[in-house]
Amino acid sequence: MAEIGRSVRRLEDRPLLTGEGRFAADLTAPGMLHMRLVRSAVACGRLVGVAAETARRHPGAAAVWTAAEVATIPPIDFRLTPVAGLEPYRQPVLAASRVRYVGEPIAAVFAGDAYLAEDIAELVEPQIETTPACLDPLAPPTAFEPGFSSEAAVIRKSYGDIEAAFARADAVVALDLAVARHSGVPLETRGALAVPDEASGILRLYGAAKVPHYNRAALARMLGLPLDKIHLHEGHVGGGFGIRGELYPEDVLACAAALRLRRPIKWVEDRHEHLMAANQSRGQMHRIRAAIDRRGFILGLDDEFWLDQGGYIRTHGVTVSDLTAAMLPGPYVIPAYRCVGHVRLTNKTPAGTYRAPGRFESSFVRERLLDAIAARLGLDPVAVRRVNLIPAAALPFQRDFSAIGTELVYDTGDYAALLDKTMAKAGWSELRRSVAARREKGELVGLGLGFFVEKSGLGPFEDARIALDRDGTIEVVTGAASIGQGVETAIAQICADGLGAALDSIRVVHGQTDRIARGFGAFASRVTVMTGSAVTLAADQLRRRLLVRAGEMMQAAPDRLTIVEGRVVVAAAPAGPSLDFAALARGTDEDLAEEARFAIDHMTYPYGVHIAQLRIERDSCNIVVERFFVGYDIGRAVNPMLVEGQIVGGVAQGIGGSLLEEFVWDDAGQPLAVTFADYLMPTMAEMPPVEVALFEDAPTPLNPLGVKGAGEGGINAVGAAIAAAVDDALGRPGAIRRLPITPRALHAILAESTGATPVGDTEIAVR
Amino acid sequence: MTERIEITLRVNGEPHRIAVEPRRTLADALREDCGLTGTHLGCEHGVCGACTVLLDNRPVRSCLMFAVQAEGTPIRTVEGLARDGRLHPLQQAFWDHHGLQCGFCTPGFLMLAVGVLEANPEIGAAELREALSSNLCRCTGYQNILKAVRAAAADMSAWPKSGDR
Repeated sequence: MAEIGRSVRRLEDRPLLTGEGRFAADLTAPGMLHMRLVRSAVACGRLVGVAAETARRHPGAAAVWTAAEVATIPPIDFRLTPVAGLEPYRQPVLAASRVRYVGEPIAAVFAGDAYLAEDIAELVEPQIETTPACLDPLAPPTAFEPGFSSEAAVIRKSYGDIEAAFARADAVVALDLAVARHSGVPLETRGALAVPDEASGILRLYGAAKVPHYNRAALARMLGLPLDKIHLHEGHVGGGFGIRGELYPEDVLACAAALRLRRPIKWVEDRHEHLMAANQSRGQMHRIRAAIDRRGFILGLDDEFWLDQGGYIRTHGVTVSDLTAAMLPGPYVIPAYRCVGHVRLTNKTPAGTYRAPGRFESSFVRERLLDAIAARLGLDPVAVRRVNLIPAAALPFQRDFSAIGTELVYDTGDYAALLDKTMAKAGWSELRRSVAARREKGELVGLGLGFFVEKSGLGPFEDARIALDRDGTIEVVTGAASIGQGVETAIAQICADGLGAALDSIRVVHGQTDRIARGFGAFASRVTVMTGSAVTLAADQLRRRLLVRAGEMMQAAPDRLTIVEGRVVVAAAPAGPSLDFAALARGTDEDLAEEARFAIDHMTYPYGVHIAQLRIERDSCNIVVERFFVGYDIGRAVNPMLVEGQIVGGVAQGIGGSLLEEFVWDDAGQPLAVTFADYLMPTMAEMPPVEVALFEDAPTPLNPLGVKGAGEGGINAVGAAIAAAVDDALGRPGAIRRLPITPRALHAILAESTGATPVGDTEIAVR
Repeated sequence: MTERIEITLRVNGEPHRIAVEPRRTLADALREDCGLTGTHLGCEHGVCGACTVLLDNRPVRSCLMFAVQAEGTPIRTVEGLARDGRLHPLQQAFWDHHGLQCGFCTPGFLMLAVGVLEANPEIGAAELREALSSNLCRCTGYQNILKAVRAAAADMSAWPKSGDR
């Protein structure tokens, strides 16, 4: 039976259901020490000293480290999208002379008990001369260090003649838009256990995630270890969403201390730390202008944006800005384009990626603009989108710039058809009628829609090794990582089909650097595409080899044989003589294993539509999302149940970012959202029923499976759709210009005069 | 705060004789002293519910109470749900309905749902949603968790009530 396309239950669930999961905090090692960080309590200042003697004298203190103890360790380097000159903005593992955000590590305390380590950490006294904090990325740049501006980089992408487009426009629509800071906030905080092995000289770091191979190489470089003396191991991972698994100061400190103190070092972050020290994201302000003709066709798009980078530039380099600029044009033709993005350092927690980085923001901005164009011209918002959509015949469609180092080519798709299908599935006309009828009766209820193009399957390559064991089971070793998304099941399904093996005979290994030399990990919706394709290739090679061996044993030509559910049979007589995998493996001394690499230069681009229906409770300004629809074409769904799970989970996070979640600071740079009482995430009570329509109309020719990645399409246009729905409910196009739409923000909007409101900051230049 | 007190915690029917500081949370005692790491810590301030266990068959946040306060009261954790290798109906339903992704919140949701359904097998849809909104999940969007709990409610009657087990 074909496994690809089936909604099979996950292979990895049982230990997670019975309490036998092994997350980072669950691991122990004999003789281990607990690490506790002393963090900056001020946002900006000169670190003139650290009084650590009292702490060091504490009988329970195994060691207390300040910057002096880690002076030989370089700052944390960029994994992705570096641009020249960013080096001065990297974060040291412990602050040496300056502190740049509340939560920045200043000292590390090591003790035999976690409670005790926390006690001793309280005895460490950083001496900081506070200086005024810069919190506004729109403020004029200052000096980050002498000779280095707080504007670390400016990203520019453009094509076409933008000046000419504006010169011949019938009208210009301009908007100022913002997305506040929020982040992935996985339910498991970060954690690490670094274990030195005296006998082998190998340091093992447990609690790795996302990019174990990259981090292994980076740690080896930073700590001066040969690559074969360090290994990273991924256990169960309590959610990733882009933020977990990047190399952070704490990971480096745990490894360095394990080597130097010759004891296992355990570090588990508490939630308070997480909300001020782990990567945050979004935090963008856009000024966008569109030159349009009378039909609402965008002749030229001109955007300038500012990214609130926080205190340092971490492993992502300028990935988020790059993707924002690259993906802003989305599904629309837009013959001329100019985008300028300013990466500005501020005294806040450093920013990195969060699920659909640069796309949650740019989809909000772009789709707000489309709605504003419709309002300006008195046209239907859906009609304006249709006028601008890239026609199916134009694909593959290339934009003349790169996206994270790859040429941006939309590979396959029929955007208009997806719009039609999703609207039909959601019953758009009927929804419109019922919403209008309720509004007649005085309810504040509205509908909104957002269209988006996603990206997935970033290269450069992935490897896979498939081996038939002597007991007849299959082991698939990959360089992939699992952050809870169901990798083992999806990869096993792909392997089962490629090999003809039974699903439950397959084990999938991921995130272990001592099992496979290379691997790029779990980000950019790439695992199913990249690792899945490598497994397809390896399975095909192994299948052919098994048939040759079986042919010898069964005295039959290999091309007359086939494999069904782990048994080699004669294709023409599947009920006849057969050879099972165990017998096949035992019948030869050969190592029955095959390796394959799947390499690709281009990403593949899924696309989708989000539709939100919501009502506003007038008295409380609470927004209740009543229904949510997602139409998404991912070429081919390996396991539709898991894909839908990814999408619904993404929608929930998108609703959080649209209505609830926001990191807030006071004027001195003190973070005010450092507990779950202040940083609000959606609960079951805030979630509407989410209806998902998966489409497989546009498989990609770029990989043997035809798949596109599915991990980020659930969150992408939630902000766009919800903002449009709130506008609609209010009957005031352009009312929403910032996310999240909190009750307080909505109250302010409702309190404004109810007179005719212009669309955003519209300026009209009629020719 | 370093003086330890000897207490006995009765967890899933088994006595655990442990020595803990008075300030040690029940969650840390279960995880570190009893070796039952199925109970997870997601916030340590009582919001996320990943540490939910049943105390006298009622769901509580084990991060918000001290281990010494739990002495003498039967405690149930996720490790006590399955019987003789057979999954509890709620575990089975979470598996069948894809009610988990990363699985970190899962033990807390399972214990919350067990407590809620045992106390009120006939619980209404709105009340159930309200009760389950006590805990946070960051992966699933809750839709399949709700589906799983509803499905399990029907099968729970055939499963022996756990009581002090």
